[in-house]
Amino acid sequence: MNHLPVLPILLPLLTGALLVTLPRLTLNAQRLISLGSTLAVLGLVLWLGASVLEQGRLVYALGGWAPPFGIVLVPDRLSILMLVLTASLALPAIIYACRGDDDSGSHFHALFQFQLMGLNGAFLTGDIFNLFVFFEVLLIASYALLLHGGGTARSRAGLHYVVINLIGSALFLLALGMLYGLTGTLNMADLAVRISEAPPADQPLLQAASLILLVVFGVKAALLPLLFWLPRAYTAAAAPVAALFAIMTKVGLYAMLRVFPLAFALDQPLATLTAWQWLWPLALATLALGSIGVLGATSLRNMTAYMVVVSAGTLMAIASLGSAEALAAGLFYLVHTTLLTGGFFLFADLIGRQRGSAGDYMVATAAMKDRRTLGILFFFAAVALAGLPPFSGFVSKAWLLQASLGEGVAGLYWPLLLGAGFLMLIALSRAGSKFFWRQSPERDHEMRADRVRFACVLTLVSAGLILSLTAAPLADYTRSVAAQLMAPGDYVRAVHEAGLEMTGGH
Amino acid sequence: MEALYAIAVGVLTTCGLYLVLRGRTFPVIMGLTLLSHGVNLFLFASGRLALAAPAVIGESARPTDPLPQALVLTAIVISFAMTAFVVVLALRAAVELRSDHVDGVDPEEDWRP
Repeated sequence: MNHLPVLPILLPLLTGALLVTLPRLTLNAQRLISLGSTLAVLGLVLWLGASVLEQGRLVYALGGWAPPFGIVLVPDRLSILMLVLTASLALPAIIYACRGDDDSGSHFHALFQFQLMGLNGAFLTGDIFNLFVFFEVLLIASYALLLHGGGTARSRAGLHYVVINLIGSALFLLALGMLYGLTGTLNMADLAVRISEAPPADQPLLQAASLILLVVFGVKAALLPLLFWLPRAYTAAAAPVAALFAIMTKVGLYAMLRVFPLAFALDQPLATLTAWQWLWPLALATLALGSIGVLGATSLRNMTAYMVVVSAGTLMAIASLGSAEALAAGLFYLVHTTLLTGGFFLFADLIGRQRGSAGDYMVATAAMKDRRTLGILFFFAAVALAGLPPFSGFVSKAWLLQASLGEGVAGLYWPLLLGAGFLMLIALSRAGSKFFWRQSPERDHEMRADRVRFACVLTLVSAGLILSLTAAPLADYTRSVAAQLMAPGDYVRAVHEAGLEMTGGH
Repeated sequence: MEALYAIAVGVLTTCGLYLVLRGRTFPVIMGLTLLSHGVNLFLFASGRLALAAPAVIGESARPTDPLPQALVLTAIVISFAMTAFVVVLALRAAVELRSDHVDGVDPEEDWRP
């Protein structure tokens, strides 16, 4: 059997374990190992992507236990999209952290690797209990990463974050218990078959389980009544951690896109699911709240945190339409927004470091030494994020608007999306003019921007241009991802055939 | 037995939920513990309740489903570790914020001299 699918999980696990257990590793050695591992993960997921593109979908049975009894990893096009996105966000984040953020607490690199392992595992697994376990792995690593560096703001935000996610985990287990009690399986492909064949008497309980799952994934994905932990936590986290957290809300969305179309919508259209119908109004409210938050934020990091909320609302709203075209547009936007908001968290830190005690708060202070370079980059980054041409924000938003037009919901979605974009533009220009134009007459700050840190921000921000230039192939790819998501029968068949092959057809 | 079991799960979950919504960290942690006990029992029951039915094939005429027991074991390990973690976190927050309120400040506390 080809063992490639499990390597993106094993490599960060072993690296993390090595970093924890090897005694007295110098910080530089830790950095080297961690960087090497992250780079290797990127290579591995690209390699895995090449073989997935060839065959459409791989099925890997862990330990050689045939599905549906054993745990399977099922890397498909959606998994590859998320894996490549995670790795390409993690690499600049870890390089940024190596410039000094990683020595303000212990075990940063080990925790970062465990977080990567949890993320990769969640994107690969085809077993719903295994999904829970990988959620726990990434959450436990994120609890410690959020607290990295210490301080009262982090303790307070950390307490909220940990408690709400523990309750989320308890609810996840309740939903899994209900699903297992009713169907007797945890393999998602097998679950799909059993749920579609479930007797009518079981339907209310199955629906309850699906709604509990929506709440659980909604906590992770920042759906409206469950998102109030997010702005504070993302604002308090160290910059590289916050940048990596930009993918964490997308894990919730990924889980929704993986579980609902497959397990619950095998024999009915996705948009008719009760859980999916709740998504539309809540996502629109999330979008509205996020855009108000963006306008009300007092620091650039806080503003970026609310932009994460805006993007979560936009994504869940377009996903709730449940058509292939809408999903394809949403996935394109997902790539754009994850890289750009991740870059903005780093950018806020970079700016904050040059402004002395003013930090990244939007107050007038003495001019920055590198105001010209940073100002030009900020201008382009803001244009890309707010969705103006020629960057990917514009391309993705135009596609979102076009995709929603075909669904007859444009009357509600267009004003909210365009209004959110407008409010973001106002907030970003206000931040830019506070940072680069309104300067108090004191002597300029002497701090120079760190070159490596600047390069990390530049890399992530230039994603806006690169995605815009490569929009056509990427759009084709997200279309193929959406088409694969809309055909859950193929997933079930692939896992079933793999099981038959392993047991010799019995 | 089923009724007793269901009532126990319900009481644990209700008390857990109530305590989780309290304002101070200690009741919240107690609530999380009760909630996880309730969840573990619930998960255990998803394999159906049976007397004198070991989870080993061949030990008796009618073995019980071993999978929920494995799931509960995983859930217990995770929830036990997380309880320990959240206790330490709450202590640290209480020391740093000088308050054991979940928001770090008690809105009802009177600060006037």
